[in-house]
Amino acid sequence: MKRAAYILVRNPLSLTGVILIALVVFGALFADLIAPFPEHRGAVVDFANFNKPPEWPYLFGTDLVGRDLFSRILYAYRISLLLGVVVLAIAVPIGVTIGLVAGYVGGWVEYVLMRITDVFLSIPPLVLAMSMMGLLEPTLTNGMLAVTAMWWPWYTRLVYNLTRSEKEEGYVLAAEVIGASRAHTIFREILPNCVPSIVTKMTLDLGFVILIASSLSFLGLGVQPPTPDLGSMVADGAKYLPDSWWLTVFPGLAILVAVFGFNLLGDALRDILGVDQ
Amino acid sequence: MPPVVRLLAKRLGTSLIVLVGVSMLIFTIARVIPGDPARIALGPNATPEQVETLRERLHLDEALPVQYGYFLRDLSRGDLGISLYTNRPVTADIAQFLPATLELILVAGLMMILIGLPLGVIAARYRGSWADHAVRIFTLLGVSAPSFVWAVILMLIFAFYLPLFPIAGRIADSYAIASVTGFLTIDTLIAGNLAAFGSAAWHIVLPAFALSLSGIGQAARLTRSNMVETYDKPFIEMARSYGFPERRIARRFAFRPSLIPSLTIIGLDFAAMLGNAFLVEAVFAWPGLSRYGVAVILRKDLNAIVGTVLIISAMFLLVNIIVDLLIAFINPRIRYSQRAS
Repeated sequence: MKRAAYILVRNPLSLTGVILIALVVFGALFADLIAPFPEHRGAVVDFANFNKPPEWPYLFGTDLVGRDLFSRILYAYRISLLLGVVVLAIAVPIGVTIGLVAGYVGGWVEYVLMRITDVFLSIPPLVLAMSMMGLLEPTLTNGMLAVTAMWWPWYTRLVYNLTRSEKEEGYVLAAEVIGASRAHTIFREILPNCVPSIVTKMTLDLGFVILIASSLSFLGLGVQPPTPDLGSMVADGAKYLPDSWWLTVFPGLAILVAVFGFNLLGDALRDILGVDQ
Repeated sequence: MPPVVRLLAKRLGTSLIVLVGVSMLIFTIARVIPGDPARIALGPNATPEQVETLRERLHLDEALPVQYGYFLRDLSRGDLGISLYTNRPVTADIAQFLPATLELILVAGLMMILIGLPLGVIAARYRGSWADHAVRIFTLLGVSAPSFVWAVILMLIFAFYLPLFPIAGRIADSYAIASVTGFLTIDTLIAGNLAAFGSAAWHIVLPAFALSLSGIGQAARLTRSNMVETYDKPFIEMARSYGFPERRIARRFAFRPSLIPSLTIIGLDFAAMLGNAFLVEAVFAWPGLSRYGVAVILRKDLNAIVGTVLIISAMFLLVNIIVDLLIAFINPRIRYSQRAS
């Protein structure tokens, strides 16, 4: 713990990551208290104050129907983070289990499982999620489903490679010799040794899920209005460049800040947990 | 059989299996969506007879494996069906829109190699210095924003505020260039029209750079970490003790072995670029596969969706085969083990 704190504080980039993510999570959790105009998360119009450049009390300006961008960004963070957590909560157990089984059992099981994984990995992630979103209805639940479908194979590949090298270690042989069951060897012996890599990847991926989800909604294939979403805010604002620059620049920077923060945090975790790339 | 041919045959075989899997996957997704695909495609105003005709044409009343059988039969003739959106063969649509996208991706890939690798080398050679930190922050920023955000920011700065580059499109409207390869930067040269080439090249810079930023970041980070590892190897110490100049050590001894993992990541990034091209094309109104892809997805145009996904995946697999061959070519261990076996 002490060592972890030391690494965090010593490296200015890691510290920046911690601060950025703390701000983002805090803003999302307490959006109701912080947002100057909480009601602007929904379908509100205020034509008296539409398309205002950043000025008090509109920190980031207002959109074309007069809603406060800062308030909407806070609520958009809330949905993005929720989506990221749910996607990883489903995708990681699936991907990890398949990777462990394929790597440990070997033989035709390995061949079949890894070829299925290859199939998912050989469709560009965004294209797979786009196709699924387009064919299903664009709701938050389906968005989570589409992103989950493209996300699990990356964990399968990571854990598969780890398992294959862990399998050769003495402790696995020892477990096998004393007659431990396959399930015990896989989940109680090998899995704990994969956890640092998995946790590091999850931290990085929280940012990348936000990035992909915003890309989907940028193309109009994500969460539908009036729900605030960073990607669709950029898409809507892009039509009014360069005059109403705040409509695109602030939501765009909001994505950048969150993903950048998770990247720095992931790098810091990698140092703390001693994970190789 | 020469080793390279053997490797090629093996990779082609695996890729073909994966591609069949991709076609099954996307075909199943496209067929199990809730609702009647024919009804969805034709819209609420279609008569029951029209819906029935389309159902018949798409074989929607047959069992799923039978439908897939029809699909494979048509595919073997190079027929991906008719797009319900454009009413043209899907293959013709893709042939029209794909070259613009490919051109964008290839230029972006080139930028990724020409900028990303040198940045990684510099960071590794001067590790711990300000240059290393600067490269690290730059590469982290590159991967931390979706390419559409970079596209918008680049456009705002370099097209609006400093009007150095054009805002949208592939080439100035005044040029009419006969399409030979579909790549405007090549077609203009074939036509011998240097002014048009200049215009096409000028138009591609910003979108390609926006597309390549995350790839540059990843290539640079990976090259750096591999080279740092290589620098600790005994043969570097030996080279130093022989008195080779630092430049030569960096280039010849430390960079070469680090190139192999970097090449692998470049192959993978190509997949990301095929997807991200959709985002960048949307910002710069680039007339590629993006507008078509998003349009057919929003209209639930089954044939076109299946066709587009299949072509994109095939290209991704092809690039990875090329990368594998390149690696086999560079890595003496693989080259010789292939020869021995």
